[in-house]
Amino acid sequence: MILAATLLASTAMAQENELTVASWGGSFQDAESKALFEPAAEAMGIDLTQETYSGMSDVRLQVQTGQVTFDLVASGTGSAARAGAEGLLEPIDYDVVDVSNFLEGTYSEYCVGSDVFSTTYAWNTDTYGEDGPNSWADFWDTEKFPGSRAYRGNSVAGALEPALMADGVALEDVYSVLDSEEGIERAIEKVRELKPHIEVFWSSGAQQAQLMKDGEVDMSTGWNGRFDTAARDGGKVAYSFNQGLADVDCFAIPKGAPHKDLAMKFLAEISKPEYQDDLPKYIPYGPTNMLAYETGEISPEVAAMLPHLRKMQLCSFRSLLSGTSSGKRRRMKCIRK
Amino acid sequence: MAASLANETNAAGLRHDERVEKLKLFGLSAPALLIVFVVLVIPVGWLFYLSFLGADGTFSLENYTRMIDRKSYRRIFEMTFEVSVLTTALTILIGYPMAYFLAQLPNRLASVFMIAVLLPFWTSLLVRTYAWLVLLQKQGLINQWAIALGFWDEPIKMVHDLNGTLIGMVHIMLPFLILPTYGAMKSIDRDLMKAASNLGASPKHAFWTVFFPLTIPGLFAGALMVFILCLGFYVTPAVLGGGKVIMVSMKIVSNIEMFVNWGAASALGVVLLIMTMIILWIASKFLNLDRIAGGGH
Repeated sequence: MILAATLLASTAMAQENELTVASWGGSFQDAESKALFEPAAEAMGIDLTQETYSGMSDVRLQVQTGQVTFDLVASGTGSAARAGAEGLLEPIDYDVVDVSNFLEGTYSEYCVGSDVFSTTYAWNTDTYGEDGPNSWADFWDTEKFPGSRAYRGNSVAGALEPALMADGVALEDVYSVLDSEEGIERAIEKVRELKPHIEVFWSSGAQQAQLMKDGEVDMSTGWNGRFDTAARDGGKVAYSFNQGLADVDCFAIPKGAPHKDLAMKFLAEISKPEYQDDLPKYIPYGPTNMLAYETGEISPEVAAMLPHLRKMQLCSFRSLLSGTSSGKRRRMKCIRK
Repeated sequence: MAASLANETNAAGLRHDERVEKLKLFGLSAPALLIVFVVLVIPVGWLFYLSFLGADGTFSLENYTRMIDRKSYRRIFEMTFEVSVLTTALTILIGYPMAYFLAQLPNRLASVFMIAVLLPFWTSLLVRTYAWLVLLQKQGLINQWAIALGFWDEPIKMVHDLNGTLIGMVHIMLPFLILPTYGAMKSIDRDLMKAASNLGASPKHAFWTVFFPLTIPGLFAGALMVFILCLGFYVTPAVLGGGKVIMVSMKIVSNIEMFVNWGAASALGVVLLIMTMIILWIASKFLNLDRIAGGGH
């Protein structure tokens, strides 16, 4: 009896300290795991389980069926905003999570920014040398830079802005142009123009890295961290931040998460500068907590490699990802066709 | 008198036994029927129901009218059929001679070669698809070797388009065609060919008038299986098609993952299911479908 009671008590205790975190896998989750999840779990004495998932559709399924197993998920800011509006996420308790030193615009009602990355362009250095394209106009210029391209094919996020910049719109005006239907139409028209040269429409970060590393295409749009991985793996890959789109990954807590309070505390822990300053050691994504730049862990050389918001336009998903799904469907379809 | 009474008693006893046996058989198959009902009939019924729900959650035909109104949907269905027809045709062109070759070999040797057919069949679909990507891409093995050996100078584009998709799909589908065709060939009485040549037919004539017609049921069964599997294919076109070969299954995924539109995805699933059933129905007019399941002769 006593033995059984102790067993029960200990499993109950173990469950109190359990936490399940889901992210996207690959080099991104490896970095998060080493810099954030594992050290924080150790410091807090948490029995942490990591899962990979494919995005908010998984969370939606869990919440709708009442079988929520994730306590904390990594997400894009746009999809987190939509999921929050749909009632799939717990609001963030900012009495627990300290964002007083966070970069403006990197936290919201349902989602706390984890890192700053950039949607930009990479090129094959065998084809174009180190001095490759330096703007989206160059990316579109197939006479000056003949060769094949890869472009996003599974979402509008980061797929319309480059087209507008290639069409001559200034970085800071991109989202005001995209606020109108004509602006969206203009961007799609520009993508159509490049289409004969687009050899592959990619649908994941891993695919960007593979296409560039294997030299399957000469230029690709994509995320700087993935291009960096491809270059580190020996690929002939270089990329530029000029005209890149800065964007933020974030953490959110699914509605009805089994260990909601612990997840909130864990989120507060990994948002501290002493964890965020380790992330750039594993993947060139910048911190959202600006104090992370002051701990001395991020060297000036590394800092120079990180996407910097001052050089770029912070992505605004408001105009693109909100709105009806039929509108999005139309935009998406137009890009691929 | 006594004999007929005995007969009647016997007959009653036999009828009773038959009933018991039928009940027992039903009892044995009841768990299977229950599983089919729970995991197939109910979900498909639910799918059907979902497909008639509009965006606002009320009854609507919008998921079906969308397929007719939008050009992109028609294109996806056309693409699905194009890929399926081409894959089936190529599989027949490659698979039939291969099955013929296997059927001609002595049994022991045939089983060795059969491993070459079965081994890929047992390997994960995803692994084989990525293997083709590694082989076919510009810096892939085939291009590298061909350039090193001087067959061509510039890398040839073989993947991230329809061609690459077809290469991968034909390879994956071959066993489904070879196995039933081989079975049909093995069951042909060899003496029939001897009789044909005895009656003066040239080998070619004997093949086309005697051997080939006898293999048609097996070939047809295999081709039908390949075609139907192709209609719902996802992984291979998604990986080898470079985002340009868009089949119905991929549209279903994007409807759910990107647009979270269960109704639209369900309607596509229903249409795909109905198309498959129509094809099976037409096919059943021409051949005994039991053959596909391995029964009958």
